[in-house]
Amino acid sequence: MLEIRNLHAEIDGKKILNGLTLSVPAGEVAAIMGPNGSGKSTLSYIVAGRSDYTVTAGEVLLNGEDILKLPPHERAARGLFLAFQYPVEIPGVTTHTFLRTAMNAQRKTRGEEELKTADFIKIMRAAADKLSISQEMLRRPLNVGFSGGEKKRLEVLQMTLLEPRFGILDETDSGLDIDALRVVSDGVNALRSKERGFLVITHYQRLLDYIKPDSVHVMSNGRIIKSGGPDLALELEKHGYRDIVANAA
Amino acid sequence: MAAVLETLETVKSVDVDAYKYGFVTDIESDRAPKGLNEDIVRFISAKKNEPSWLTEWRLDAYRRWLTMEEPTWARVDYPKIDYQDLYYYAAPKSMSGPKSLDEVDPELLRTYEKLGIPLREREVLAGVQGARVAVDAVFDSVSVATTFREELAKSGVIFCPISEAVHSHPDLVKKYLGSVVPVTDNYFASLNSAVFSDGSFVYIPPGVRCPMELSTYFRINEQNTGQFERTLIIADKGSYVSYLEGCTAPKRDENQLHAAVVELIAHDDAEIKYSTVQNWYPGDSEGRGGIYNFVTKRGDCRGANSKISWTQVETGSAITWKYPSCILRGDNSRGEFYSIAISNGRQQVDSGTKMLHLGKNTTSRIISKGISAGRSSNTYRGQVFAHRKASGARNFTNCDSLLIGNACGAHTVPYVESRNSSAQFEHEATTSKISEDQLFYCMQRGLSAEEATALIVNGFVRDVLQQLPMEFAVEAQKLIAVSLEGSVG
Repeated sequence: MLEIRNLHAEIDGKKILNGLTLSVPAGEVAAIMGPNGSGKSTLSYIVAGRSDYTVTAGEVLLNGEDILKLPPHERAARGLFLAFQYPVEIPGVTTHTFLRTAMNAQRKTRGEEELKTADFIKIMRAAADKLSISQEMLRRPLNVGFSGGEKKRLEVLQMTLLEPRFGILDETDSGLDIDALRVVSDGVNALRSKERGFLVITHYQRLLDYIKPDSVHVMSNGRIIKSGGPDLALELEKHGYRDIVANAA
Repeated sequence: MAAVLETLETVKSVDVDAYKYGFVTDIESDRAPKGLNEDIVRFISAKKNEPSWLTEWRLDAYRRWLTMEEPTWARVDYPKIDYQDLYYYAAPKSMSGPKSLDEVDPELLRTYEKLGIPLREREVLAGVQGARVAVDAVFDSVSVATTFREELAKSGVIFCPISEAVHSHPDLVKKYLGSVVPVTDNYFASLNSAVFSDGSFVYIPPGVRCPMELSTYFRINEQNTGQFERTLIIADKGSYVSYLEGCTAPKRDENQLHAAVVELIAHDDAEIKYSTVQNWYPGDSEGRGGIYNFVTKRGDCRGANSKISWTQVETGSAITWKYPSCILRGDNSRGEFYSIAISNGRQQVDSGTKMLHLGKNTTSRIISKGISAGRSSNTYRGQVFAHRKASGARNFTNCDSLLIGNACGAHTVPYVESRNSSAQFEHEATTSKISEDQLFYCMQRGLSAEEATALIVNGFVRDVLQQLPMEFAVEAQKLIAVSLEGSVG
């Protein structure tokens, strides 16, 4: 599903990823944990195709295809979705318009027909209800004046509507209270399937109580320094990153 | 490569080939000899068979124009115009006077069809959702067709070419022509007064709400020809009218001059809503060709509680020099100016408005959205003035500029002057760039860089788009996307 092989990347001459290798098979959820500044968010940006980073070596395969040469929107059309840690505000563009534009843009890239407005509204309403997103919120400009919780729920709504093959959640739990965390996690869990994979980036074990991972990986200094099962997250919660990072150095 | 770099790369290759209306209609035309002198002014007046008062009015304007100097205060740069090297009158030969639509040259009808302007009423009627718009089509120097006139006449609305109104309603024309923009107002207005050829005339009688949108569609076709149209709209007491204007021109290598004058008069309790979608040929990526759009538009809120609202979407022209203004003379009158000005390639825009508060408790609102891409320059220039007697005057101004790439420029030049201590003027201005974060977010969701830019820009101008009549708003939205084509990777 998602294969990252020996990935090296830098920005403004500063190395951020140092030979990162990670494989997430279809149907699995992998969690990446690690101290601040270990390059977790950067990894998600590079996989999604943000242009400020330069990949100097390695490859990223999505369903066997190297996607590093593709622009972000073509990666998206092939089924890659990134739930942002800090979703961006777009003044004047209603959430509703944005959702429809995104769905149709991906369909166009894949050579599919545009969604009929009536069908879109039906699908959107059903999905929004499940995430406790009101119709009023969908009429507001995208993310403008949304609370932290609203923004994260909206990210999950977009993921639900776009039905990606692979989803990356970048600190989706940050800024969420316990109720919002549950709504968001339920939304993600509803999308879990044999065909779909997830990479969950988080600081805290807490999120993994709700979204149970199949594997846990510790990232430090731009690479994976330790991998294990769900127990690894509990261990990290108890002892912190210091020993693992020290051992790896 | 960073998206900003890509943006630059593509901006460099901006080709204004995206301009869809650049075709030329092959039609024989009747032109005045080249150049400008009193004989040419008389020639134009004679062509229109005008009464002597109007011939004299034109000559007076011409003589005053000779003593004036071309203004140089705007932030635009162009080579000196040789006014003797232009044709001041061109008319399709087949046109010898107002005709019924059946007699209009089929070549002209085809031209307007290509432009998406239906002139056959039955086709308009068969159109979508009964959205009906009466059209006056002006081709070079003459009006070639005006639709729905009979139906409008039933409610007493007069909508006809101004050249015809001179004969059919001389009193109204004589009373109002030049009453808002005097012949000596400015260099280009004086020139227009001397040589104006055609344009639309609208009169809405007291208490009448005009039953449909009125519109004029201007087309420059001839080479080396200036277009000098004149529009005069009068809304009598308690009446309402919404008027739209659209403009296109063929692609040509030389610059063409368009110096129009528009005068609006709103009496007590009357309202005029004037919308423009200006899409004159902008020139190519190197700045060759394109229209010089030097236009004087002014509305006079002459009566109490009157209202004039200007909405403009400016995407075309090599140079735009245009300040649709409101004189708020009547007490409690209101002026509005909503503008979207987009410049790309080498286009230069210096546009804005003037709100002159003369009456008591007059209010005005200015919302200007400037978008610059390519190597263009985009200036908002606006004046808000309160007279000594204008107690309780209020203005709100908001000017936002959006930059795409970093070879373009945006400038905001507000002039604010209040001579009455009770006046309240507010001015807000912002300048922003489409952020890399916004682009990346949209692209991650599946939009190409171009689609993302168009979406963000449409969001940026939304407040103003909402002011346009429905059918126009959709057109304008498409036009915005086309104007920005090639501005990003």
